[in-house]
Amino acid sequence: MCDTCGCNVTPGNAHLAHAPQPEGVTAVSVLRGLLSENDLQARHNRTHFDAHGVLAVNLMSSPGAGKTRLLEATIDALRDELRIAVIEGDLETENDAERVRAKGVAALQITTGTACHLDAHMVHDALHRLPLDGVDLVFIENVGNLVCPASFDLGQHRNVVLLSATEGDDKPAKYPVMFRGADLALLTKSDLLPVLDDFEPARAEAALRALASRAPLLTISARTGDGLEGWLAWLRGELRAERERLATHPPASPSHPHARPRARMLP
Amino acid sequence: MHELSVCQGMLAQVSEIARDHGARAASRIVVRVGPLSGVEPALLAQAFPLARAGTVAAEADLVVEPAPVRVRCERCGAETEAAANRLLCGACGDYRTTLTAGDELLLVSVELVREEEVMSAKR
Ligand SMILES: Nc1nc2c(ncn2[C@@H]2O[C@H](COP(=O)(O)OP(=O)(O)OP(=O)(O)O)[C@@H](O)[C@H]2O)c(=O)[nH]1
Ligand SMILES: [Zn+2]
Ligand SMILES: [Zn+2]
Ligand SMILES: [Zn+2]
Ligand SMILES: [Zn+2]
Repeated sequence: MCDTCGCNVTPGNAHLAHAPQPEGVTAVSVLRGLLSENDLQARHNRTHFDAHGVLAVNLMSSPGAGKTRLLEATIDALRDELRIAVIEGDLETENDAERVRAKGVAALQITTGTACHLDAHMVHDALHRLPLDGVDLVFIENVGNLVCPASFDLGQHRNVVLLSATEGDDKPAKYPVMFRGADLALLTKSDLLPVLDDFEPARAEAALRALASRAPLLTISARTGDGLEGWLAWLRGELRAERERLATHPPASPSHPHARPRARMLP
Repeated sequence: MHELSVCQGMLAQVSEIARDHGARAASRIVVRVGPLSGVEPALLAQAFPLARAGTVAAEADLVVEPAPVRVRCERCGAETEAAANRLLCGACGDYRTTLTAGDELLLVSVELVREEEVMSAKR
């Protein structure tokens, strides 16, 4: 759907665009995405990643579903194969960034204060401070929250949503916006499945399919390493796909100077 | 809870539109919010009075138009209405569907008050 030229005026919404107006008032039809400022910035971020041949992966989940632990295991496993950098989003503390740096990987922390999600402007600030030359993969660990992060494009290429075994297998039905947008869903902390006898992986998958999602659902444990190979294979495959896309559609270089500096949004 | 930042993004657009049209104030803002947009209409309405203060929309009404969720089936071709967390084909039950409506987050229209109207209202 086109948000700019007005071709999205449909019989269903035409009355909104052409409502009768009182004297002295001009009605202007807009029909543009409400988040167009964020989306514009996100597109700019994507050109930064593309210009460096980087695959950017946005990791999202409830708080504590195991994003940072998975990053630690992933860095260990890919150490000799791929160069990784991480952008961390958290309300407070540098803890996650420090855990990642302890693995010898560049990590930039965005502390959002009270904001419950990352937006494209915050990620832009971060990626200009991150050395992207020679990096293959950038992970963006979003704020632990299954609601807002789904609404903000950051310029990533892929969305990965983690669902831990302790959270209940009906999570996709409760947070359809988040799970519907996932390119990959990970059922994490699978080592706990034997003790959580009411979590049915098949029910989690059924709830995901009910959202018309064709995303693979992989079951993994960052603690034991079970299922990690499938995740790493997915990452390699997506990186290859992105590189092939860039080879056939050479990336535009990000147009600078940048958009005017802008006050940080409130939550 | 990010409806306040959504409101601020919207108001930035409204201000720009008002400036482009040489208007001093916006009196009515119509948005269309689908159930799968990730934005809660009730929370948006709550955030709006906070966000509009000091902007061209300081006196404006916000109208939130709801939108239905609809899917088109890739298997049988039917287009049916669906629930936000059950996007299966209403005709054959298949899960291979594409969303045709329900994730909109659109600024539909803005009513602008012309400069001289604001002046005469002040007199
Ligand atoms: N048993 C088990 N515990 C895990 C696994 N992965 C993570 N954990 C534990 O779960 C807790 C939270 O893990 P984190 O990796 O910090 O979770 P997170 O998603 O990064 O958390 P936030 O950044 O706060 O949202 C920690 O105590 C981890 O050790 C796993 O595979 N199995
Ligand atoms: Zn974390
Ligand atoms: Zn938020
Ligand atoms: Zn830039
Ligand atoms: Zn069908």
